[in-house]
Amino acid sequence: MWSTEIPAFAPLLIGAVLALFTRGWLRGIVTLGVILASGWHLLQVPEGITVSVSFLGYDLVPYRVDKLSLIFGYVFHIAALIGVIFALHVKDTVQQVAALVYAAAALGAVFAGDLLTLFVCWELLAVSSVFLIWARRTQRSYLAGLRYLIIQVLSGVILLAGLLVHASATGSLAFDYIGLEGSGGWLIFLAFGIKACFPLLHNWLTDAYPEATPTGTVFLSAFTTKVAVYALARSFPGTELLVFIGAAMTCFPIFFAVIENDLRRVLAYSLINQVGFMICGIGIGTALSINGAVSHAFNDIIFKGLLFMSMGAVLHMTGRINGSDLGGLYKSMPKTAALCIVGAASISAFPLFSGFVSKSMVMAAALEEGYDWVWLMLLFASAGVFHHAGIKIPYFAFFSHDSGIRTTEPPANMLTAMTIAAVLCIAIGVYPHWLYQLLPFDTGYNPYDATHVLTQTQLLFFSALAFVWLNLQKLYPPELHSVNLDAEWLYRRLFPRIIGAGFSRIWQIDRDFRGWFLARIHGLLEYLAHLHYPGGRASVTRPTGHMVIWVAVLLAVYLWLLLSFPNADTAIGH
Amino acid sequence: MAEKKHMFDDPKNVRRVLYVLYCCCALLFILDFVIQRHLVHPWERLVGFYAVYGFVGCVVLVLIAKWMRTFLMRDEDYYDREELNVATTDGGDHVEH
Repeated sequence: MWSTEIPAFAPLLIGAVLALFTRGWLRGIVTLGVILASGWHLLQVPEGITVSVSFLGYDLVPYRVDKLSLIFGYVFHIAALIGVIFALHVKDTVQQVAALVYAAAALGAVFAGDLLTLFVCWELLAVSSVFLIWARRTQRSYLAGLRYLIIQVLSGVILLAGLLVHASATGSLAFDYIGLEGSGGWLIFLAFGIKACFPLLHNWLTDAYPEATPTGTVFLSAFTTKVAVYALARSFPGTELLVFIGAAMTCFPIFFAVIENDLRRVLAYSLINQVGFMICGIGIGTALSINGAVSHAFNDIIFKGLLFMSMGAVLHMTGRINGSDLGGLYKSMPKTAALCIVGAASISAFPLFSGFVSKSMVMAAALEEGYDWVWLMLLFASAGVFHHAGIKIPYFAFFSHDSGIRTTEPPANMLTAMTIAAVLCIAIGVYPHWLYQLLPFDTGYNPYDATHVLTQTQLLFFSALAFVWLNLQKLYPPELHSVNLDAEWLYRRLFPRIIGAGFSRIWQIDRDFRGWFLARIHGLLEYLAHLHYPGGRASVTRPTGHMVIWVAVLLAVYLWLLLSFPNADTAIGH
Repeated sequence: MAEKKHMFDDPKNVRRVLYVLYCCCALLFILDFVIQRHLVHPWERLVGFYAVYGFVGCVVLVLIAKWMRTFLMRDEDYYDREELNVATTDGGDHVEH
């Protein structure tokens, strides 16, 4: 029976089971139908529902609906719908089932009202999404998936430790404001931070996402980091540390993005940069900044999805994704190029595109709260994001020098998914109040005032001018086949080397010890052999006469004993 | 069979796009004086603050990134050389099902 208390993740889990047992076009219809039905169901669900159960003396709330969880629920449905349409041509049960379970886990996490439910969804996110990476079925993706899984599961284990410490300190498992007062809070913060790509903890994303399948990355870009953003907005709003972490996250990835060759890895760095804006907004903690963070997460899922889809389409059609191998594709993929440019304009926050109506809230809040330097960093990152995602991605894929690749537009389902995302990007940019009415707070913010439009347009056009100038001066770094070292070097190169060196030392000690021990044994054997081999003392052949003499000696001793104690026998006998 | 000429095959069209960009930039700079802006931060009051910041920010970004290449850039197979070797000797056969 239909009820608004059916948890939002349940339909998608059922959809995953159905996808497992269906094939071909039937599976496409079933999965799309399930997502649409689930989305419709969520639209009927009012705020304020909580389902609670008692477990081992703790009150668990596996399903809690409020304004903050609803907006993430809606956008996760949009992401799942777009992602599934984009992947309709894929005949791979693993990917399609994993994607639905992954989406269900993300929904479960944002509607979780207690930390234990969150933990379960947190781990399910990791375990389901890794199949989207492994589904590429290359050695590189296998190893990248393993590293991804280890880091994600580690984040879950830290979350579990944190929630246990937190529960024993406060007696509550509620997934509400936690703060950094106790050690449990710090552990939970760290667990969220790993998934949110805090600086130095970020490389799982840039390592794994570009190794996933062309369609898998679209799902990956939507869920994991945004669940972390939601979790931080729920448990750590107004934590000042997040302002600085967020500001750092907006700035450092853009340098890597500029010199990165793999265009999906450029987008992965750009994803961290965008999450930085959200983290910063959560840290500032005012109604305006939280609204900014949440709405930017909403928009980012759509425009980053669009960008990943356009690059996925390029990879799908040409088999290449390095900027150095691509170029001139606008000739054979003009529609994809146009859709990519819509995504690029949205992420760059051009007026009338979706990024414009959300990112500015965070920046306005930073200024209002007196974070001048942070504001300057965000402004620099805004110019930088246009530079590396807004210009670099479309330019090196579709324009630049002609690579000579001639292909066709991607399949119709891919174009449809990209078109839906592009329409949403523009619709939200033009009618931002559609988005604003879903936000947790009512701030009456209006993005379209003359100052904001003018200043943002100036920033972007002069960034474009900088790109042109650098190119004309031949100062722009060319796209090169290369790997750029990042924090991952620690665990991909340094630690294996140290561990390798440590093990080889241990092996050497072990070998030396065994060598010494064997030498002792050998010595003993040699000694024994020396005794028994011909000429040895133990192998001398003695005449029979020796034996007769010794027997005679023995008998003489017995005789002497008997004669000395004649009555001993009879005494015992009596 | 000659391939169809595309829009940017003709350098004239590329130049046209650039001229449009230059004109837009000039226009936007002039608008600073025309439009009454309400500004919060003292730096914003500097004429052309956003324009200069955008331009200089991007140039600095690219030059620093380019300099970072001198110590961060490695061969494309930098990690693969060791990791894929390990994978082939112990357990790489998990992959190709």
